[in-house]
Amino acid sequence: MTQPSPQKAEGLFARLARAKPTKPGEIYGVPGQGNTLWLSACSIALFFFVWWLVTFMGWVKPLFVPSPAAILAKFVTVWNDGFTGTPFLEHVWISTLRVFGAFILACVIGLPLGLAMGMSPVMRGLFDPPIEFYRPIPPLAYLPLMIIWFGIGETSKVLLIFLSVFAPVVLGARSGVKSAAIEQIHAAYSFGATRWQVMRHVIMPSAMPEILTAMRIGIGFGWTTLVAAEMVASTKGLGYMVLSASQFLQTPVVIMGIFVIAIIAFGFDLFMRFVERRLVPWKGRM
Amino acid sequence: MGLHIEDVSVVYPAADRRPPVEALSRINLTIEDEEFVVALGASGCGKSTLLNLIAGFLSPTSGRLVLDGRQVAGPGADRAVVFQKHALLPWLNVLDNVAFGLQIQGIGKVERDQIANKFLGMLGLDGFQQSPVYKLSGGMQQRVGIARALTCDPRVLLMDEPLGALDALTREKAQELILNIWNDTHKSVFFITHSVEEALFMGTKLVVMSPRPGRITHLFDLPFSRQFLGGTPARQVKASPEFIKLREDVLKIIFADEEAAA
Repeated sequence: MTQPSPQKAEGLFARLARAKPTKPGEIYGVPGQGNTLWLSACSIALFFFVWWLVTFMGWVKPLFVPSPAAILAKFVTVWNDGFTGTPFLEHVWISTLRVFGAFILACVIGLPLGLAMGMSPVMRGLFDPPIEFYRPIPPLAYLPLMIIWFGIGETSKVLLIFLSVFAPVVLGARSGVKSAAIEQIHAAYSFGATRWQVMRHVIMPSAMPEILTAMRIGIGFGWTTLVAAEMVASTKGLGYMVLSASQFLQTPVVIMGIFVIAIIAFGFDLFMRFVERRLVPWKGRM
Repeated sequence: MGLHIEDVSVVYPAADRRPPVEALSRINLTIEDEEFVVALGASGCGKSTLLNLIAGFLSPTSGRLVLDGRQVAGPGADRAVVFQKHALLPWLNVLDNVAFGLQIQGIGKVERDQIANKFLGMLGLDGFQQSPVYKLSGGMQQRVGIARALTCDPRVLLMDEPLGALDALTREKAQELILNIWNDTHKSVFFITHSVEEALFMGTKLVVMSPRPGRITHLFDLPFSRQFLGGTPARQVKASPEFIKLREDVLKIIFADEEAAA
């Protein structure tokens, strides 16, 4: 009997490339499994620490990067006194109204249109070209057109945000139509279901996970476009606040505005994830 | 009465520079009332195509299918299908899944729950009414699928490898359950399987099919399911010399087909 030979020495790359056996309770080979809460907390803590450090040590001028404390102080000032004569919460309210108004409008029009495009080759043929045409264009590029056509009022602002939300929502609903297994559809038909019943009882419910994901992506695009939309003759709104503060080199207000937008957007995303868990607990389970 | 398949051929049109495929060639088959017909054959022999024809998902290139004197034209509640998997609706609980066919037919909530409960009891699923279907085991999911198919009181039950995804033990239990239900409900059944033993045990008539072109090559009348329903234990039926003899004969036919294809 020969002794089992000791494991051959391997290079660093060979060792890195091979997967380790998994811990009990996890599944071997699932990409990216494991809890990330602590790492995320560390990442955030590190971010604030480095920020605090560079400002505290005076490595960067406050004009470029104000300290976290300065941002907080600015927030308290703006909260108490408002910005350019408008109360802080009114800025928040008007921007939220624009984004969510556009979002709701995009969902009300986009979801049925997307479903129809998924269900009907006629609808897909008609609406695919215009949507695919404008979808990759940056909103800033057609912003001048919006102003020329719809003026500098609310319409062009909401419309700009609407367009950025619309495309992902339509495409999500459209591809969601394909989620239903053909067996589920056949089962419904074999009970004598009409096309409408199959749509209502099989295709729409099974499209829900993709629709909810599309809505999450869509609202993200909406917030992204907010600042561009409020470039147009605004006197209120978070985007306006950030833009006008930047023109007066009020960096604390710029950063504070960015944080407020991020927090609202993140809060809504948490809400959507909650809705997702309640509405489609079966997602990915069958 | 019964289901008559008369001289049916199915030709899939040419695609991607491949010639047209004759999936089924001049099939003649009758499924009498209360008969349990099992289709068996090498892959590509057209058994699923045949099931899709009966279900009305596919129309024949030539020939016709007649159920109770009426030509089959599209799916209908008189022919219920049990699929291998992926056919339940995960957003509905067990009860609503079973009642789904009745809901499609516009039957009120109270009545359809009552009917669904009856079949849940028959399939041993009492107490699971409110469970989400995605939390059930594969065997229980299949029983939900069978209960759902039975609720609309179909004339013919079409089963497309319903037990193919189950483990061996669950599978044998499910076979016995299906036979008992067939015995109680007097449905006609058309059942597809890859397992020779399952085919012999369950059918009253065995249809052996061959590929290229898909056609029926052998028909056997089977006594074994009647023996089981008459009280002989399933293992004893499957261990009897006649059963083993026929099993080997059928295996030979199928292996010959598989080798011809290889």
